[in-house]
Amino acid sequence: MSEKTPKSDGGVTQESIFGTDEEVERRRTPPAERARRAFDLYIATPFRVAWSDWRTRIGGIGVFLYLMMGTVGVWLVPAPQINEGPYYLDPFVDWSMPLGTDNLGRGVFKTLVHSTPAMMKMALAGIVFTVGVAVLVGMIAGYKGGVIDTLLMTLTDVFITLPGLPLIIVLAAIFSPEDPFIVGTIIAIDQWPRLARMLRSQVLALREEDFVEAARSIGLSTPTIVGQELVPKVAPFVLISAAGAAVGVIFQSVALYFIGVLPFKSLNWGVMMQLAYTQGNAISAPGRAGHWLLFPLLAISGVSFALILFSQGLDRVFNPRLLARHSKTVPEDEQEDTGGL
Amino acid sequence: MNYYIRRTVQAVVTFVVGMFLTFSLYRLVPGGPVEMIMAERVQRMQQRGNTVNTQKLHEMTEQLTGINPGKPIPVAFFEWLRDIVLYQDFGESILFQDPVFDILFRGMPWSIFLSVYGLLLGFTATIAVGVFMAWHEGTKIDSGLTVFILVMRSIPYYVAAIVMLSVLAFQWGLFPTGGRAPPAATPGFNLDFMIGITRHAALPIVSQFIVGFAGGAIGMRALSVRVVGADYLRSARLRGLGTNRILSRYLTRNSILPLYTGFMMGIAGMFSSSVITERIFQYHGAGWFLLEAAVNQDYPLVMAAFVFFSGITVLGILFADLTYGLIDPRAGTGGSRESF
Repeated sequence: MSEKTPKSDGGVTQESIFGTDEEVERRRTPPAERARRAFDLYIATPFRVAWSDWRTRIGGIGVFLYLMMGTVGVWLVPAPQINEGPYYLDPFVDWSMPLGTDNLGRGVFKTLVHSTPAMMKMALAGIVFTVGVAVLVGMIAGYKGGVIDTLLMTLTDVFITLPGLPLIIVLAAIFSPEDPFIVGTIIAIDQWPRLARMLRSQVLALREEDFVEAARSIGLSTPTIVGQELVPKVAPFVLISAAGAAVGVIFQSVALYFIGVLPFKSLNWGVMMQLAYTQGNAISAPGRAGHWLLFPLLAISGVSFALILFSQGLDRVFNPRLLARHSKTVPEDEQEDTGGL
Repeated sequence: MNYYIRRTVQAVVTFVVGMFLTFSLYRLVPGGPVEMIMAERVQRMQQRGNTVNTQKLHEMTEQLTGINPGKPIPVAFFEWLRDIVLYQDFGESILFQDPVFDILFRGMPWSIFLSVYGLLLGFTATIAVGVFMAWHEGTKIDSGLTVFILVMRSIPYYVAAIVMLSVLAFQWGLFPTGGRAPPAATPGFNLDFMIGITRHAALPIVSQFIVGFAGGAIGMRALSVRVVGADYLRSARLRGLGTNRILSRYLTRNSILPLYTGFMMGIAGMFSSSVITERIFQYHGAGWFLLEAAVNQDYPLVMAAFVFFSGITVLGILFADLTYGLIDPRAGTGGSRESF
C-alpha cells in the first residue's frame, strides 16, 4: 500500500484492479524463497497431507510398488524362459522360482513382473480416453445447456444404456486388437458416460457461481471459461475418477483375456489366468496349477485395492482447508477455521 | 413434455442409435463382418470352380446377416431394422446353422433368470448394509464394514465365481460344476427339475450378487447419513416410534431415491457381468452364445446378440423409468435451465 499515493478524488495513482499488490510482493521476494514456497505449496504439502491419511499412505505405497514393478522391475528381473524350471513347480519351494512355475516351466513371478507394463499401458490408455471424452462432453453439456446439453446427454445416455461388455466383445471380435493401448481404449468405451454425467451435474452447480458470471460478463469465450475457470475446480474429482477408471479397465481387460475373446501374442495377467484355466485345469484341479491362476488374481486385486484406497484418500489431499493447515508457508491468519476436520 | 412420453421417446432413440451403431460396425467398417463373410463366400465359390455371381453373392449374404450389401446404406439399414422389429429376422448363425433368433430366444430366459435374481439380491443387500452403516455412523461397526467393502470392491467379480466354482463345486461337490439344468430331470413344473435349476443357478447368482453388493453400499451409506441428520427423523424419534419403523419407513425410503438411477445403471451392468459369469459356469444363456460366437467369428450371432442385449436393457430401463413415478411423486417436475 505504501507505493500508492491517495488523490483528492479518493482514487489511487496506480491502477490496482487485479493483483498488483501480489506483483509487488513477488518482486520483493528472492527467487530462492519463491521456489521454496512453490515447492512447499505444490509438492511438499500435498505429500504431507497424503501421508497423514492411512488410506493414501498404504494406497500410495501400493501404487508406487506396482509402478516400480512395471518400470524398474522389468529391468531387474530377467524375462521368463521356457524350461527354466520343472513343470508345475509349487510356490515357495525353490527360491529361484519364488512363485512356482507354469506348464512350460516358466517362472510365475517373472511372468507376473514382465506382464505389468502391458497392464499399465492398458490402464493409461483407458484413463486418457475416459477422462478426455468425459471432460469434453460433460463440461460442455453442463456449461452450455440448451440444445447442446440435450444432444450430448442423449448421446451419453445411449452409451450408458447400451450393454457395455457385449459392445466391447463385438468390437473385439471385429477389430481383434493386440496393442495394449488400443485394447485399453476399446474397454474405456464402457467407462466415460458415467463420468461425463457426474461432471455435468458438478458443472451445473458451478455455472451459477459469481466468478463464472463475472468471467462471462467480461466476454471470455466458452473454451476459456471451461478450460481455465471450471476445469481446475473439478480436477480433483476427475483425478479420483481416473483411478476408478483404471480399476475398471484392468478388471474388464483381464476378464476378456481370461475368457479368451481378445487375441494375444505376449503374456499378461489375464492371459496367464486363461492358460492356467484351459491348459492347467486350475479350476477343477487347483492342487497342481492353482498357484498359476491364484497369483495373477492376487496381483489384480492388489493393484485395484491400492488404487481404490489411494483415490478414497485423495479426497482429503484436495481439500484446501487441510492443505492450508499442513502448509508451512501459508501464514496463520490466512488459514480458515478448520472446524472438526 | 410429459415425463412418461419423454422417457419412452428416449428409449426408442437409444435403441435406434444403438442399432445404427451395430449396423455401421456390421457393414460400414472396412474389413467388417459383412465384407469378411462375402470374401469367404467368394473364396468358396471359386474353389468349387463356379464363376462369382454378384447377385447371388448378395442374396447369400443377406440370408446370413439380414443385410443386403448391394443396396444403398439408408435402404439397407431400414430393411434390416424392419426385419428385426417386425419379423425377428436376425439372420442365420454360421456356427450353429440355425436362425439366430431361435438360439438367443432359447438362451435368454436363463440369462434373465440369473440377472434378475442377482440384481434384486444385490440391491437389497446394498440398501440394507448402507442403511445399517449409516445408523451406526462413526462406530467400530461402521469403519469395520467400510474396510470390508473396500476390500470386496477391489476383488473383481469373476474372482468370486472362480473361487466358488473351484472350492464349492469341484472340491466339495456341493453344487454342479456347470450347465443350467440336471440332464436327468424332465423340464416342466416338477420338483426335481425346479430343485435342479435352483442348484445350477445358485453359484452364478451368488457371484452376480457380490458384484451388485459391494459397489453401491458406500454410496447408500453417504445418502442415508445425510437423511439421518434430518429434522423429521428426530421428531419421529421424539414421537416414540420404534427403531424398525424409523429405519424402514423414514430412513430407507427417503435415502433410496437417488439410488434409483444407480439401480437403472445396474440393469445395464448386470447383463455385462452375466456374460463372464455364464462363461465361467458353462451356463448356456444368451451371454454364453455371444462369447462362443465371438471366439469362433460367427458374426451374425455376435451382432444379433448385441442387438438382443441392447433391446432387453432398454426395455428394463424404460420399465424402471416409468415406475419411478410410483416411488417419487416429484418425478417429471424438474425445471428447465437458461442456456448460454
